[in-house]
Amino acid sequence: MGQITLDSVTKSFGDVQVIPPLDLTIEDGEFAVFVGPSGCGKSTLLRLIAGLEDTTSGAIHIDGADATDQPPAKRRLAMVFQSYALYPHMTVRKNIAFPMRMAKIDKAEQDRRIEQAAAALNLTDYLDRRPGQLSGGQRQRVAIGRAIVREPAAFLFDEPLSNLDAALRVGMRLEISELHKRLKTTMVYVTHDQVEAMTMADKIVVLRAGHIEQVGSPLDLYRAPRNLFVAGFIGSPKMNLIEGPAAAEHSAQTIGIRPEHIDVGETGGTWTGKVGVAEHLGSDTFFHIHETGLADMVTVRAPGEVNFSHGDTIHLTPRADQIHRFDAEGLRIP
Amino acid sequence: MATQHSRSAARLMMAPAVVLLLGWMLVPLTMTLYFSFKKYLPLRGGDLGWVGFENYTRFVTSSAFWPSVQATLVIVGGVLAITVVFGVLLAMLLDQPMWGQGIVRILVIAPFFVMPTVSALVWKNMFMDPVNGLFAHLWQAFGLTPVEWLSQASLGSIIMIVSWQWLPFATLILLTAIQSLDSEQLEAAEMDGAPPLARFGFIILPHLSRAITVVVLIQTIFLLSIFAEIFVTTQGSFGTRTLTYLIFQRVLESQNVGLGSAGGIYAVILANIVALFLMRIVGKNLDA
Amino acid sequence: MARAVSQQRKIINTVLAWAVGLLIFFPILWTILTSFKTEATAIADPPVFLFFDWTLENYTVVQERSDYMRFLWNSVIIAGGSTLLGIVIAVPAAWSMAFVPSKRTKDILLWMLSTKMLPAVGVLYPIYLIFIQMGLLDTRIGLTVVLMLINLPIIVWMLYTYFKEIPGEILEAARMDGAGLREEILYVLTPMAIPGIASTVLLNIILAWNEAFWTLNLTAAKAAPLTAFIASYSSPEGLFYAKLSAASTMAIAPILILGWFSQKQLVRGLTFGAVK
Repeated sequence: MGQITLDSVTKSFGDVQVIPPLDLTIEDGEFAVFVGPSGCGKSTLLRLIAGLEDTTSGAIHIDGADATDQPPAKRRLAMVFQSYALYPHMTVRKNIAFPMRMAKIDKAEQDRRIEQAAAALNLTDYLDRRPGQLSGGQRQRVAIGRAIVREPAAFLFDEPLSNLDAALRVGMRLEISELHKRLKTTMVYVTHDQVEAMTMADKIVVLRAGHIEQVGSPLDLYRAPRNLFVAGFIGSPKMNLIEGPAAAEHSAQTIGIRPEHIDVGETGGTWTGKVGVAEHLGSDTFFHIHETGLADMVTVRAPGEVNFSHGDTIHLTPRADQIHRFDAEGLRIP
Repeated sequence: MATQHSRSAARLMMAPAVVLLLGWMLVPLTMTLYFSFKKYLPLRGGDLGWVGFENYTRFVTSSAFWPSVQATLVIVGGVLAITVVFGVLLAMLLDQPMWGQGIVRILVIAPFFVMPTVSALVWKNMFMDPVNGLFAHLWQAFGLTPVEWLSQASLGSIIMIVSWQWLPFATLILLTAIQSLDSEQLEAAEMDGAPPLARFGFIILPHLSRAITVVVLIQTIFLLSIFAEIFVTTQGSFGTRTLTYLIFQRVLESQNVGLGSAGGIYAVILANIVALFLMRIVGKNLDA
Repeated sequence: MARAVSQQRKIINTVLAWAVGLLIFFPILWTILTSFKTEATAIADPPVFLFFDWTLENYTVVQERSDYMRFLWNSVIIAGGSTLLGIVIAVPAAWSMAFVPSKRTKDILLWMLSTKMLPAVGVLYPIYLIFIQMGLLDTRIGLTVVLMLINLPIIVWMLYTYFKEIPGEILEAARMDGAGLREEILYVLTPMAIPGIASTVLLNIILAWNEAFWTLNLTAAKAAPLTAFIASYSSPEGLFYAKLSAASTMAIAPILILGWFSQKQLVRGLTFGAVK
């Protein structure tokens, strides 16, 4: 139904190559997330799949059929834009009906699908309003409604939650995941937020400067980041990266240890340092620790409420089996 | 940011407009260029052969040429000065809180809707006529001798008529620009101790510069070719013969197409110089 | 308003603005008033303002003598037709420039505007010849095409500035929703740009209605619009003030009324989208 294959796809704007040759397969029914810092080419990649940009070379296959030169309208893909891109002059009903109107689906079937989508997205009471009269979350749902009614081969999401406030974002995240579980349709989702990537994806594609740094399930990436970039990008708070003698002890150029994999104590321990800012979240406590001789700052995540004050000396013990080792090229040492 | 599909579609969709305008520009211009090198008198023998640059030299050396360039520049410059200065004042007045602002605005816009032939006729006869015109009555009421406006102060009169037609346009654009000025800026300046004149000079006027550019540009386009106002009032006499009108006379009144065409080419060159200068400014503003 | 303005200042503003407004409007008001006077009252010294015997006689005379309706109809056809034709040609061009800009887009736009600066008189005779050759002289179709061409740059320019305000993502959404180019322009772009298109149409009807170079030089009798109708009062009939006023009123009334009713769209149109 919705397998998407990119075969040595490249993209240049003028003389600037933003996507070097890139191969990727997104399986049917998979929830794939493209994640990376801004400017990494993730949105361009999505737009190439959508057909809103031409590939410079290479081929894109959707369900085994060559779609490289097909216009967007012919690719049977639906897209949800960052700005939602609703048609301001149409009511919600007409917005949702638009793709079906373009596909010349008969009126009764249109109405049936609209009712169904509206019920699923809690939009039934708003069908006769215009987008201007809706809240951000409702607009987002209309955009999704417009995407699902045409029963596409795959959904494309371009940073769909970045215009929502924090509370709504968590709710919509769940709704989109729920939608995926229910429809079992391929979804390709672009975000710069690694939390969204970790919580929603079946498969995460980490991109930097147009290159794929690593592809894998969220836990693969968490447990075994392939290089320093992925190690630093996935996980929150960030993994501590330590160079120098402490790394040499593990015969590596750099070692990485996640904040949640360091135990704290008042005595003993492998390393010592001075507590800087302590952030008490109740469930966890984050310590920012200085003067360890390892790095500028080491972040530690201690479960529950642990009491150290600003300036206290603290002893740290990394869990030996959770230390990630990287070589001089920044690649993981198995 | 677009695909090959949309780029080729774009070229296709731009084609009619581009082709039409290109044709509209090139075909007649080529013909004018062709005639300008000929002795061509439609009513007195027609095409009398090639004459090289004779028409060009004759047109420039004719005693009417420089006065006509001067008249053109005086009219354009005069109208621009009047409409911009009064436009700024009027726009600032209309921006103030008052009763019946909407109606006043309607009154001020009205002259823009009046066709040039009508306004020229009305001004010429009902206001500037030395016997029955309203100005004549007014002058007499004060015991003065009525002025023969269109012969004694012909250029001034034309400038006055044309300014009346274009003042609404300038006012409206400037008013729109003033209304977009952030009032907090003015209040901040007031807090900083700037007196009203300084607020005008340092904040309002710079804010209006773009709008003034637009006014000058668009009015110049239209003013360079004013015709009806002169056609209806003075027929080009009393020093009001602009370049446009001079060429019109050569072509239609004296039926000397060759000479008129040479004049036309001069007018095109003049317009292009002005255009080049103005396009620079607009081109810069296009990105903003 | 951050501050209450004193009542006194508001009164001064009002008086001043109304005085200036009435002064600017006065020539039109005077023309309308005069059109209802007899010829004798029209030139009375001292002039009479409101207290005279109102008469409609001038309007009947003007209609009978110069067949006003025919000129009016020509004006409507020529102004409306050239604007409509211009819009049909300009919408696709403006779409291209606004949404698929290339390195040359700006140059093309500026070049289009520069054709507007070509002095009409420079090409009067060639156009005249072409018109004779093609049998277009003194026809409505010929004049419609010429007025469309001289206003096309302005129409393209205005539509371009309006279109540029529409976010490109919405058009991309339409493409993703399966809309072809035609549907994209017809169902999404055009309805969204209605206010902009309306002001463009209005401004261009006014410009075409009042155009007085080509309309005077390319028509004789059949296709002459109101500009020519009024020019025929130039002399010596111009000395009959009341009739001149009636004819003038009849020539400007349609556009004055249209302009006043659509003031809001027009204000934006008048700025050619260049000032916000």
